Amino acid sequence: MGRLLDLFSIVAVVAGAFFFLAGSVGLLRFPDAYTRLHALTKADNLGLALVVIGLLPQMDSVLAALKLVVVWLLVLLSSAAVSQLIARAARRREQQP
Amino acid sequence: MTGGIVSLAIVLLLLALAVWAVLVREAFLAIAGFVAYGLLLSLVWVRLYGIDVALTEAAIGGGLTGAMLIGAVSRLRGTEAASRSERSGAGLHVVALLLCFSVTATLVLCVLLLPEPAPTLALQVSENLAVTGVGNPITGVLLAFRALDTLLEAIVLVIALIGVWSLAPDRLWGGRPGLRYHADPDGILAYFARLLPPLGIIFAVYIFWAGADHPGGKFQSATILAAMWMLVLMAGLADTPSIGHRGVRFGIVIGPLVFVAIGVLGLFSAGALLAYPEEWAKPMIVVVEVALLPTLTLVLGLLLAGPPARRGSAA
Repeated sequence: MGRLLDLFSIVAVVAGAFFFLAGSVGLLRFPDAYTRLHALTKADNLGLALVVIGLLPQMDSVLAALKLVVVWLLVLLSSAAVSQLIARAARRREQQP
Repeated sequence: MTGGIVSLAIVLLLLALAVWAVLVREAFLAIAGFVAYGLLLSLVWVRLYGIDVALTEAAIGGGLTGAMLIGAVSRLRGTEAASRSERSGAGLHVVALLLCFSVTATLVLCVLLLPEPAPTLALQVSENLAVTGVGNPITGVLLAFRALDTLLEAIVLVIALIGVWSLAPDRLWGGRPGLRYHADPDGILAYFARLLPPLGIIFAVYIFWAGADHPGGKFQSATILAAMWMLVLMAGLADTPSIGHRGVRFGIVIGPLVFVAIGVLGLFSAGALLAYPEEWAKPMIVVVEVALLPTLTLVLGLLLAGPPARRGSAA
């Protein structure tokens, strides 16, 4: 059982790391602000979610695991709000050259 | 082994970011680099087991200072083009280079000449920590063994705020700092500014209270509170108070006042300035921390808001 959970952790964290890598590549390669934001949110949402899910079985207590989930939710909230704001600012700049 | 590789990677990234932030021409990009540098530096502190320092570095070095510098850049935007077209002479470059090298060389020399093992008071602190009643040695040092430093720090912050306020033109004295922010009341920023502060306040109280026995404390907590306040201001949900407001001014001075009062009390009850009588150490430390919280929150928030820029209603 322990072995299986460790394997699950490794797979999930590696998958999360892959999303972070893909998000970073997208951030560097995509042509405009909107597509770059799109790439970034993949890293924030999916990448971090997979890392958190992977780490959950490794936590000693339920409280520590809950804290990890709260971290993920807070990052989710702030990245969603901030990317909205950045996209809005980018559009405003386009409209008034 | 892997720990070594991670440390090395962080240090290399840190150096690269530092060089980039210095060399990049555009001020805004330099600040973006500086904020990332602050966050990386807090990772370095985590790896050195300085969690308290890491928290402070992330909150103050990365967050607050970054926000302040962005404010400074937007004020300087008008002058940036002019300063960029200006070319300084080769002599100035050589002098600047020499100065940088000599400062770096002095620092390197100091680090290399440190006595081995480095002089430390850590043993005395850990031996006497039980007397203060707090479990986190950092809090013990900041509020008991080196209380004078913390007191002066709080006073310096208040003086810095007075310095910022003194930039106000006479007719605006007592007015409200900065611009009135207007955001779409149904927009995402307003939504965010309604949703996050309750969570942020709980988190700040937790960090404040945990500071007695774990990493955390009033400074990190005050930074979070100030950030929540800024969020509410920027979403246009509230207005910055005018600097003549009685309550605001009272909140700003309460921390140092209580600290000094308890310090003077120590003269009579424990025989030395800023000393705590033995069985009262913990409650007195808590009182000082609670009193410093509004001071630090208000000062950090108002430092960000800047000097008065428009006339406020009468307080």
